[in-house]
Amino acid sequence: MSRRRFVLFLLFGAFLLWGLLKGIGLSADVAHNFWTFSAQMVKILPCAFVLIGLFEVWVKKEAVEKHLGRGAGPLCYLWAVLLAATTVGGMYVAFPVAHSLYRKGAKLGVIFTYVGAAAICRIPMTVFEASFLGVKFTAVRFLVSLPLLVLASALLGRYLESRDYRMIEGPLE
Amino acid sequence: MGVVQRLQQSWRVIGKSWYIEGGMRYFWIFTALMLLISAFADRQKTLKALEIALKRFLSILPAFLEMIILVSVALALVPPRLLLDLLGGKGKLLGMGIAAVVGSVTVMPGFIAFPLCGILLQRGVPYMVLSAFSTTLMMVGVLSYPVERAYFGPKVTVLRNVLAFLIALAVAVATGFFFGEL
Repeated sequence: MSRRRFVLFLLFGAFLLWGLLKGIGLSADVAHNFWTFSAQMVKILPCAFVLIGLFEVWVKKEAVEKHLGRGAGPLCYLWAVLLAATTVGGMYVAFPVAHSLYRKGAKLGVIFTYVGAAAICRIPMTVFEASFLGVKFTAVRFLVSLPLLVLASALLGRYLESRDYRMIEGPLE
Repeated sequence: MGVVQRLQQSWRVIGKSWYIEGGMRYFWIFTALMLLISAFADRQKTLKALEIALKRFLSILPAFLEMIILVSVALALVPPRLLLDLLGGKGKLLGMGIAAVVGSVTVMPGFIAFPLCGILLQRGVPYMVLSAFSTTLMMVGVLSYPVERAYFGPKVTVLRNVLAFLIALAVAVATGFFFGEL
């Protein structure tokens, strides 16, 4: 853990403690939010990482390379979007999954498509959005954002691959 | 009943319903099933999978913790009532700009964001403003920067988010066009 992060955690803990003892409303709100988000993560992350582990040991690198790698056809973007649609949780699940896909040989264009699509078309979220803002609203968002996302991701991926960019591999930090 | 109370009530009802609780139950059942099948097929591989899961989780945990701290502080500083004031009652284009910036720098779960959008809609806020807000909220993650940087590195994280911001603006303009607001 970096020193900056350690100081941040320490300050945060001290702020919460001080605020709660003094009865300051803001720190009660922060504590409540912190608790809510942590609880949500505890509900999602263990499963997400166990599934990532299973993916790592069972899925062959060749299979991922063939369907999502550099040699794959345009269908690879469809797979990326479908995988993203069924991703549970939020971006904090999508990033580790993307990392795992990358290690198995998926190309960067697919990785960026997956991460972007996980932000805009996860199924539960979409249903939820349509129920509050209408189906037309959601349909417009999909029709405009998905093609642009695939285009931007493919271009960004190609650009970075030409410059020998590597996503971080192995254990993080 | 005031708008804010109604909003809070709807989060509670919806937050506690299928969106979190129900969906999660099936996710856990699915994971347990996969784990069982895997263990049945090959115990060694399954243990290895669990080891990978634990290692990966622990290595990214500090970044997650930093993100949760940022989000919980930000959400306390910018309560939904303030968002209602910020996004409501502005013009279309100015509103869209403000909404895009606010959506980028905040993170909130969908079960808070969409009911908020629903209330703004009832208050007559244009669709394109709501689109700018909800799309940047989803696609642009300033507060999830600690986690994203750990995987993609700082440069690519910034580049990806800038592209996402531009796409979100395009979506908002298209929404305005399709709803006859432009």
